[in-house]
Amino acid sequence: MSRIHITTTVNGEAAEFLTDPRETLLDVLRNQLGLTGSKEGCGTGDCGACSVLLDGVLVSSCLVLGVEVQGKTVETIEGMATDGALHPLQRHFIEHAALQCGFCTPGILVAAKALLAQNDNPTETEIRYWLAGNLCRCTGYDKIVRAVQDAAAEMRGAA
Amino acid sequence: MRYHAVGSFDEAVRISASATGVTRFLAGGTDVLVQLRAGIVQPDDIIDIKHVPGVKDITRRADGGWDIGAAVSGVELGAHAALCRDWPGVVEGMRLVGSTQVQGRATLTGNLCNGSPAADSVPGLMAAGATVSVTGPEGARVMAVADIPKSPGKTNLKPGEVITRVHLPPRGANGGDSYLRFIPRTEMDIAVVGCAVNLRIDGDTITEATVALGAVAPTVMLVPAAGAALVGSTLDDAALDALVIAARAACRPISDKRGTAEFRIEVAGVLARRAASIAYARAKGETA
Repeated sequence: MSRIHITTTVNGEAAEFLTDPRETLLDVLRNQLGLTGSKEGCGTGDCGACSVLLDGVLVSSCLVLGVEVQGKTVETIEGMATDGALHPLQRHFIEHAALQCGFCTPGILVAAKALLAQNDNPTETEIRYWLAGNLCRCTGYDKIVRAVQDAAAEMRGAA
Repeated sequence: MRYHAVGSFDEAVRISASATGVTRFLAGGTDVLVQLRAGIVQPDDIIDIKHVPGVKDITRRADGGWDIGAAVSGVELGAHAALCRDWPGVVEGMRLVGSTQVQGRATLTGNLCNGSPAADSVPGLMAAGATVSVTGPEGARVMAVADIPKSPGKTNLKPGEVITRVHLPPRGANGGDSYLRFIPRTEMDIAVVGCAVNLRIDGDTITEATVALGAVAPTVMLVPAAGAALVGSTLDDAALDALVIAARAACRPISDKRGTAEFRIEVAGVLARRAASIAYARAKGETA
């Protein structure tokens, strides 16, 4: 099977790879670009652990083919901290202990960042609906919701 | 598997018409990629239509109706305020499909072509009287959404045919539509029963009504008797009772892990009653 050459932008930097058309974006990120922060929980778009932004839209990278990102921009969890400083969401997740095993955490952080980009003061209900596609089997979600609320408050104050 | 990022639907059809193996059109991919991963479908050619000009467009026609491109996502549909005002039931059906992540990719056209009897966006389209433009090896045609589903997972599209746009009729005055589904949790599940109602009123009297049910038969279906039960009424108790009886009578459900046939028949009546009340309130300009 011939492989296809793809050029794209990942976390603000130009990236290129050769991909079999069957490979998902998640496979490409993890196996070719060494970006293993995005996780495969289910591979069928149910768990949200592979969440990334594709041209600014929240998607499951397991439901995107690698060949589809030609000329697009991809943002992953690896791009969330800037210059070594954690994003407020990341800090508040630590402060609230909003993770245990951590497998779902990268996806939830990426999804929460996408929420706050369009709604800087979401209600608890809005947070829970937005994150309904991010499954966590450890925390029971309450700490995650509170961490997102606190991060949102800090980000509003800093703006 | 060969991947084709086509620049026109004519090119898509040329490839599909000359293909000798299994072909899949790719829009949002939220069903196609799951089937590919599970080995349910092993395409030899996958034809990505997202680069075709216009597939992401939502356009109001001169007659007041709407044309929706085949690759418009649930997020994009929900963000279109004027479309949401005209056809809230159509939009709320699509917006119930999957998670935020799935909404970023999933499309009306894909939901229709996947052929699920439980597809949440399809009852609303049928009740609205939506049609689709189809292009194929034998030319172009327009089909009613109600004529697309054939059986679970199958459509009446011919080999090589692809849906290029969804068309909604003009909303017109004093109309309202609504979609409700039952699932045993709050979010992120497949409809046990779905029901859409689209109606028009003159004063307090219903002059037109269309009812569609999902997940209670091998396909999503229109229920003409249920719509007829409402016409001429003011949505009084007698009309609602007749609606419930007609909706339940049309059900031919299976029993499965999500619900028994008896339960689905019961819930179909309940949802029809509630969806009709919401559509009626919307037709009167009340928020619901």
